[in-house]
Amino acid sequence: RISNVLLCNVTDRVSFWFVVTDSSKNVTTVPGSEVEAAIRMNRNRINNAFLLSDKTLQFLKITSTLSPPAEPSTPVWLIVFGVVLCLIVAGIVFLIVSGIQKHKKKNKESTEREKLEEKVEVTLENGIPCEALDLKAGHINGVFGADDERFTSL
Amino acid sequence: LSAAPEVPKEDGRPKWDNKFQYLLSCIGFAVGLGNVWRFPYLCQIHGGGAFLIPYFIALLFEGIPLLHLELALGQCLRKGSIKAWNTISPYLGGVGVGTWMVSVLVSLYYNTVLTWVMWYFINSFQEPLPWSVCPLNENRTGFNEECYQSTAVNYFWYRKTLNITPDIAESGTLQWWLILCLATCWAIVYLCTIRGIETTGKAIYVTAIFPYLVLTIFLIQGLTLPGATEGLIYLFTPNLNTLKNPRVWLDAATQIFFSLSLAFGGLIAFASYNPTKNDCEKDAVTVAIVNSMTSLYASIPVFSVLGFKATTAYWDCLDRNIINIINEFDLPEESIVRQNYTSWISFLNSSYPEKIAGLKLKSCDLQEFLDQSVSGTGLAFIVFTQAIILMPGSQAWAILFFIMLFSLGLSSMFGNIEGVFTPLLELQIIPKSAPKELLSGIICLISFLIALCFTLGSGSYWIDIFDRYAGSVPLLVIAFFEVIGVVYIYKIKRFTNDVEWMTGRKLNLFWQITWRFISPLLLLIVFMAFVALQMQKPPSYTAWNPKYEGFPMKEEKVYPPWVQAICVLLAALPCVCIPLVALFHLVKQKHRSKDPSFVAPEVFSCQGANS
Repeated sequence: RISNVLLCNVTDRVSFWFVVTDSSKNVTTVPGSEVEAAIRMNRNRINNAFLLSDKTLQFLKITSTLSPPAEPSTPVWLIVFGVVLCLIVAGIVFLIVSGIQKHKKKNKESTEREKLEEKVEVTLENGIPCEALDLKAGHINGVFGADDERFTSL
Repeated sequence: LSAAPEVPKEDGRPKWDNKFQYLLSCIGFAVGLGNVWRFPYLCQIHGGGAFLIPYFIALLFEGIPLLHLELALGQCLRKGSIKAWNTISPYLGGVGVGTWMVSVLVSLYYNTVLTWVMWYFINSFQEPLPWSVCPLNENRTGFNEECYQSTAVNYFWYRKTLNITPDIAESGTLQWWLILCLATCWAIVYLCTIRGIETTGKAIYVTAIFPYLVLTIFLIQGLTLPGATEGLIYLFTPNLNTLKNPRVWLDAATQIFFSLSLAFGGLIAFASYNPTKNDCEKDAVTVAIVNSMTSLYASIPVFSVLGFKATTAYWDCLDRNIINIINEFDLPEESIVRQNYTSWISFLNSSYPEKIAGLKLKSCDLQEFLDQSVSGTGLAFIVFTQAIILMPGSQAWAILFFIMLFSLGLSSMFGNIEGVFTPLLELQIIPKSAPKELLSGIICLISFLIALCFTLGSGSYWIDIFDRYAGSVPLLVIAFFEVIGVVYIYKIKRFTNDVEWMTGRKLNLFWQITWRFISPLLLLIVFMAFVALQMQKPPSYTAWNPKYEGFPMKEEKVYPPWVQAICVLLAALPCVCIPLVALFHLVKQKHRSKDPSFVAPEVFSCQGANS
């Protein structure tokens, strides 16, 4: 209603003074401190009504209150940390296990090779292959076989 | 026993899969965090482009010769640092022990820096970034006091990350989040170095190449930011007057020396896994040039981003003043903009000087913002993080940046750990039948337990001490004895023959001159200048003290006597090994020469051992 607007103190910027009246209590003005408190709480709505922001709509002597930053229930960094740690531990376990497996395989290979060498050695004792000794009834030793008469006949 | 996969040489020593792996390992070791956060800073404070002159002179006469010496030594002797120096001469065994000690000390604190990088990395996945907003105080009427007086970025670094104490004597408590990150970092190091070069050789492909990719991405992005050109002009404008200051030459020499990671024993260890018939001369020149080019390449995105940050701060300053003026004089919106700010200010100052004075406007000067130079952790964790908040898509940029820093640091850690691991393996601390994995596990576990000290409230002060005293003076001393030892005790003629046999061509005169005279002389001068500079004033540090009157400026404090004693111990311990071991052998020799059955050890030669 136009009767409630008075023009005074014209400046270059758009600015205005206002009072809030309480119609239920005999049209008295609401005290300044209550108005200030109300504006503080509803700053956002007032800004939106004028399509302005805290920087472009200034209430003298009322500084904007601060909204706390949103905090998730578990800090995000713990989650990331957990992921990184799991990956690393998995990598270490994999490397150690593969190292142990290689070690075992190498040990098995080396013991097999050793057994093979032993067998080969045994069968070559005294330069005579054992298979030869097994197959024939014996090996005639020329030293003793030459002189038949020395031996008493059975 | 765990070196099964590759075909071992006759001496059973593991070797690189290919030459590229070896070069990449050396380059990764040399290229570290210092290339990103120390070189650009030095360029900036020492007259921009003019700094490149002393830098390249130092590279030519100090960096490359020493690098060539170390690589040739490792390749010829095919042993880690301790045994290699014992082979050259038992009197020089102390040089090997000294390098081993320095590698241990540096590994301890270097991985803690990586812990901080990891902490920032895992915090980069949040929206908004935790260092961009101040937390509220208890009754939600305003911001946290400490954060409000400094900046959100400072608060996150000093309080949320370090939880720093106001004095080095106050140790504070162990910070559990840092302990978790420290354990993770040592686990990563263990994972990569578990079987020596067999595993680091695979990991280096990623950790050495990835930073270059990220630097390129930052380069492209940085150049598109507003204010980037101002930063670059500021960085590269040469101011030849600064060359008259001897401090500039000293800084150039020390920067080249520490940047190439000389005298750590890691390079000797890497080269010892090479076949002997390898061109070490070309390798040395390649590694040194790649390292310097990387420093230059990294300074471009760093300074684009710093220029962007300075410009944004300048615009913010202007905007704040403009709002104040508009409010005071009831001027319409958009009447004063950044472009006509100066004309408006002069007009208002002449017409209403008292009103303008009453506003207490801050003077906004772009040059002043550009002059705020920082190096080291301050650059990465305060200045750069602040710039990242201003970029669109800040999470992605933060993640990329911190992964890059982590890779840079990790590849340097490989060299440090190799400098510790290879000598211990050769000294056969653990029985030969035990697997290599056990030794690397023991090294990582013990290092982790000792490094827990750095997670205390005063930890970052201690890291500064380690960086300044353990990672500087001993290296200069050791490098000096390395050159003297090879040239005058092993005899330059023998060494020249060895190198010629390895590379297959005659040694250039340049190497003879630098090894014999120029490099030792330069090292001596640098060492004396360095010590003289340190002695000029009592060692002090800057502490973050919220109760200080000048807060948020840092408070300048002097180290208490017991801390100063520790500093001296850190610097002296590796150096004192050299005379101690020489003395020990002298005494042993005296006893031995009285023994009639004593046979003199045969003279070692590169060709003799391998022909």
